[in-house]
Amino acid sequence: MEEEKDNSVNRPNRRNFLKIGLITGGSIAAGALTITKIISQEKKSESGVKRTVFTQDGKVFTADQSHLHDFEMPPVSNEEARRGIEGKKFVMVLDLAKCDGCKKCTEACQAMHFTESDREWIKVYKMRDAETTAPYFFPKPCFHCDNPPCTKVCPVNATFKRQDGIVLIDNERCIGCRSCMVACPYSTRYFNWNHPKVQPELANTAYSPEKSFPRKIGTVEKCDFCPEMIRQGKMPACVSACSMDAVYFGDQNEDAVTNASGITFKLSQLLEDNAGYRYLEELGTDPRVYYLPPKNRKYPKPDINDDSNDKKETHHMEMKGMNM
Amino acid sequence: MEVKTETYNLNQEIETLRNDSLGPINKWGRNTKIWIGCLLIVIIWGLYCYIQQLRAGLGVTAMRNYVSWGLYISTFVFFIGISHSGTLVSAILRITKQEWRRPITRSAELLTFVSLLFGGIMPIIDLGRPDRILNLATYGRIQSPLMWDIVSICTYFVGSSVFLFLPMIPDMALCRDRLTICNTRFQKFRKWLYTFMALGWKGTKSQWHRLEKSMTIMTIIIIPVAVSVHTVVSYIFAMTLRPGWNSTVFGPYFVAGALYSGSAGVIIGMWVFRKLYNLEKYITRRHFDLMGRIVLALTLIYAYLNLNEYWIPAYKMATAEGHLLTDLFSGSYSTVFWILQFGTVLLPIIVLSFPKGRRPLMILITCIIIVAGAWAKRYVIVVPTLLHPFMPIQEVPGDWSSYFPNYIEFSITAACLAGIFLVITLFSKFFPMMAVWEVEEGIHIEHDKNVAIEIRTKREAEEALLIRNQIQKDIEPKIQPA
Repeated sequence: MEEEKDNSVNRPNRRNFLKIGLITGGSIAAGALTITKIISQEKKSESGVKRTVFTQDGKVFTADQSHLHDFEMPPVSNEEARRGIEGKKFVMVLDLAKCDGCKKCTEACQAMHFTESDREWIKVYKMRDAETTAPYFFPKPCFHCDNPPCTKVCPVNATFKRQDGIVLIDNERCIGCRSCMVACPYSTRYFNWNHPKVQPELANTAYSPEKSFPRKIGTVEKCDFCPEMIRQGKMPACVSACSMDAVYFGDQNEDAVTNASGITFKLSQLLEDNAGYRYLEELGTDPRVYYLPPKNRKYPKPDINDDSNDKKETHHMEMKGMNM
Repeated sequence: MEVKTETYNLNQEIETLRNDSLGPINKWGRNTKIWIGCLLIVIIWGLYCYIQQLRAGLGVTAMRNYVSWGLYISTFVFFIGISHSGTLVSAILRITKQEWRRPITRSAELLTFVSLLFGGIMPIIDLGRPDRILNLATYGRIQSPLMWDIVSICTYFVGSSVFLFLPMIPDMALCRDRLTICNTRFQKFRKWLYTFMALGWKGTKSQWHRLEKSMTIMTIIIIPVAVSVHTVVSYIFAMTLRPGWNSTVFGPYFVAGALYSGSAGVIIGMWVFRKLYNLEKYITRRHFDLMGRIVLALTLIYAYLNLNEYWIPAYKMATAEGHLLTDLFSGSYSTVFWILQFGTVLLPIIVLSFPKGRRPLMILITCIIIVAGAWAKRYVIVVPTLLHPFMPIQEVPGDWSSYFPNYIEFSITAACLAGIFLVITLFSKFFPMMAVWEVEEGIHIEHDKNVAIEIRTKREAEEALLIRNQIQKDIEPKIQPA
């Protein structure tokens, strides 16, 4: 699907621009020339195609596909993971008009991060603001707030805000006090209450705050905007999994966000045209995740009275009292 | 001749006091042994549960992702609240020179020390990674409210230990001097302990002077420290955006709640020690009456802040806050909420307003309700807020969307409570539960006052006689010529 889109007239340049930008950030950080997996996949299908890439020292050059090969990035150091990617300000845009509540983002996220099924780092809520208003699906990742209530209260700096806007957790430092969990107004954080299941293939993986495994008991985890993927020039798992193109990801400094189809938009324009907003703006947390309102929806609205789950509760605005 | 009999009576009175207060020490009766045995069973069972929690993780508790703070944190707030007793009774009554404080200061200070000790343990029990506790030292961030708690609780703990220990020094010297038979190893240990703790106290004028001076300094320091402690304990909640916690009145609300539950705790302690060690002569009905007035005043302050805490948001019913309040007022927590409002706010005000309500037994019952209610109230502050997040609770495992502590949490908490009782019991078997020298001082002051009154009446009578004689002398000559 990606290759097809690459052939369209206007889009590939923008997309490559973003991709190369991401690659540069990643390669400078990793100190190595990074050729992403996306390129190597293309090589298998059509060899002999010239590709333009950045070198480590910032030079642009064109090379044949066959000269490019996969590069496994070594995990970044703790200091590097805490510093983040220089010059970037990552943002996510979620188009509620497009989201049909299929939860492919959640599934992709769980597969990517090897999370247990009860943990939805990106969770799709069925929302209705008032009884008289229309229901809609509301996917919610971590908002990576610029005024994060969670990192403020951490007593040991185990959860931190990076220069590229991402909020991460160092599960080798976390003492498990759960102050961040009670501080987060969006119920984004999950705690490892029990011994986490360790996948045999991951048992010997070196830990870095940029990936949340191996998990550790008694520590907190949450959506991390897939920094490992970003360093490889790829989109976070939820973005590329969205078949409705409802999730956009990009760099605020470049004012560009891209969706799963590889279509890149001007962020400011996208927000302006669609009256983009941020959830619970009045809390002042300054989220890095924007929403486009659910107008002219292209999907059946969520069945808000679905009783398939006893514990399911509708949006608090329309609730008269919470049953427990 | 008269003065000598007075001195004799005084000495006798002091001797009785010393016997009464040192009497219970080292009396290991059958009941004491059963009591300690029961406490040990509870503690050992709690330890076993804690080991289970350490091995399998906090998943063995009833806490889940929404209610990630439960009984442990509620109990932490409660114990820290009880620890405010010592400051109030001891420091405030000392600083205002209330004579009647003398027999109750020791038990109040002890209650502070012990509840603070176990209160401080509660958040450590609640940690997911207690093995990493040293990260607090290596990576500590002073911007975190939890760090403020650690700093202020440690300061308060050191302060209240000194505050407990300082007035014990003359009593330790007394114990040291009175323990003459040192045959067994245990007696030798006690002798060594008292000698060590007396710090070479001889009762010289300069020693008394220094003790008084340091007590005054500590009294002044400990009050703001105590206020700061419960203020920052409230900040771990108030510094979040959560409905119900996002409140500017939380600091004073917690301090008031702490003071009134703490002083109610002191009354329970007074009643128990009075009964157990036959101290009716020293801890009188008057003490209960006066403490009852203090609790009444504090309950009124608490009621006032309680009104502010609930009435202001309830009038506005802002979205998220409104849902929490609806749940508290008429939802799943309404029964507990209204029982607490009635039992811990209205009832104490009614009962303690009448002199009959301030009699020992009545006040004991009221105070037990207050203390138990204060504990439940902490729970109602912590848990319902966590069950009312901004995001709706949807499609989660069933046990995430409700909370009631399970046996692991109850057992560990009960073990901590048993720990408090055990330390107090052991303390009372080694050290006097009344500050002997302070009560002595009171007797001296009383005696001096009586002597002074006697001398004054005598002098006034003499003067009156003199004046009368003078008048008679003045008048008589005038009469004679007539």
